[in-house]
Amino acid sequence: MVPTTNSCELSVLDLVPFGLADPVHRYFALRLTPPEWPSWKPGQFLMLRPESFGQELPWGRPLGICLIRPQHLICFFQVAGRGTERMARLRPRDKVRVWGPLGNGFAVEPDTPTLLLAGGMGIVPFIGYVAEHPKAWNVSMLFGHRDPLECYPVDSINEHIPVDTLRESVPGDLDNFIFTLQERIKEYAAQKGLILACGPTPFLKTVQGFAREYGARVQLSLENKMACGVGGCLGCVVKTTDTYHDPSHRNAPVQCCTQGPVFWADQVRL
Amino acid sequence: MKHNELAVTLAGPKHTLSLKNPVTTASGTFGYGVEFAPYGDLTSLGAIVVKGTSLKPRHGNPCPRIAETPCGMLNSIGLQNDGLDVFRTQKLPALPWKDVPVIVNMYATSVEEFGILAAELNKLEGVAAIEVNISCPNVKEGGAAFGADPVQAAAVTKAVRDNAPDKFVIIKLSPNVTSIAGIARSVEEAGADCISCINTLIGMAVDLRTRKSRLANVIGGLSGPCVKPVALRCVWQVVNAVSIPVIGIGGICTAEDVFEFILVGATAVQIGTASFMRPDAAFHIVEELPAVMEKYGIKSLDDIRGMLSLG
Repeated sequence: MVPTTNSCELSVLDLVPFGLADPVHRYFALRLTPPEWPSWKPGQFLMLRPESFGQELPWGRPLGICLIRPQHLICFFQVAGRGTERMARLRPRDKVRVWGPLGNGFAVEPDTPTLLLAGGMGIVPFIGYVAEHPKAWNVSMLFGHRDPLECYPVDSINEHIPVDTLRESVPGDLDNFIFTLQERIKEYAAQKGLILACGPTPFLKTVQGFAREYGARVQLSLENKMACGVGGCLGCVVKTTDTYHDPSHRNAPVQCCTQGPVFWADQVRL
Repeated sequence: MKHNELAVTLAGPKHTLSLKNPVTTASGTFGYGVEFAPYGDLTSLGAIVVKGTSLKPRHGNPCPRIAETPCGMLNSIGLQNDGLDVFRTQKLPALPWKDVPVIVNMYATSVEEFGILAAELNKLEGVAAIEVNISCPNVKEGGAAFGADPVQAAAVTKAVRDNAPDKFVIIKLSPNVTSIAGIARSVEEAGADCISCINTLIGMAVDLRTRKSRLANVIGGLSGPCVKPVALRCVWQVVNAVSIPVIGIGGICTAEDVFEFILVGATAVQIGTASFMRPDAAFHIVEELPAVMEKYGIKSLDDIRGMLSLG
């Protein structure tokens, strides 16, 4: 067998509840021993499958790569179902199967004014993006969230770049957030800036709508449900438009895992 | 050259297919093969079975089309594939077909179309064998209908056999039938070289919160460790009904599972959903075979094949 570093067994270094360690807001930072991957790009993801999933939970879970450093790999997750429920019980030295780095990653244009739009846990890949960006002073962020700000790893971003945060706690907040999104997208479209968005699908749809309206250059990172992460299961496909970069796959389903997860906003239908 | 104690021969009435070991991949779980090349040496496998290929590209069913279930998963992909032309010009040339047999899973919506596609695949040097999908639960036209009726199943088998005279022909059977042995006998009589089973079991999962099915197509095919007992039963029944070789499929996750299928009479196996549990599953299982043989005192595969003790 050809030795491969793409699929490897890593150990848990620690699992730390993030922000409010209460039973409602269950956010965690997971640190693993570092994989021996030759390189990775912000916006790429990995599949993680703890040994404790056994045969009961067959799929790994896709997690955006937050940061990889010589001493560790960092991910974040929120408990949302059976898989993340088990992940919340990981302990130091537990074994996890990890394969990656997967997908394409975000565009980096060092000299272009760049706006990051994050919704909820969509903030995670931007930690690595900001940390790795050669001219971070050209980057700023708008962050919309529902749970208290302490639940999200926002400090690791706003130590580098300006971050505007807006929390949705009462119904009118969402209108306010959408209005702010619209204004910022309009502003960056006018200066031919680059906009990158990551978050839940309704949020991405809103961003995509404004991108179209103002002709903004926008990339969207999709979080489709996936089983394998390597292009094999065809469960995570997204329909492309007639402007998709690969002419042979226009108006056709393509795998989010291998052709994305980052797509130009005008090239996919959400 | 060292004798390869893992080598198996699938000896059909018309053709024979030799594999360096009994571990192959299941169609629809291994892409076109190249997707899994970063995770292991494709040529270490017994064979590669690629995604179900149709004459024209198919877009498949709407999403969501996969759902995780206890010890398994449901899918209703609907045979999304790039079609014969892309397979021939792009996918096949990218595979190491000289060093590992490439088996093309094929799908069509009529007996005639099965024949046309078989004739095209017959021309391709890099194709070692054809696996005929007469059992897809996820497409409206044809699909399972061919696999549930012995007469239709025989008609498809004959159309492929006649139009692909140079290829080893495998017929993939559905478990969603009253008598899988009856279908097996029927395709054997129609000229199949080999039978593979099982395709997925028809299943369903619902979400109480949204009150919707977890698949846009409502129902789909169940696979994974949860179907292994059904698969073992089907393989055992088919092996007892026919004299052509049988490839076992269904929930195989470990080298032990491989030998369980061989014990009930399978000559080779396919690894399916396990490749989603870890992308190097099939390669890993090949590596584990010798240690498991040692552990259970299995001298050779012939030693154990079909040797289920009923005493």
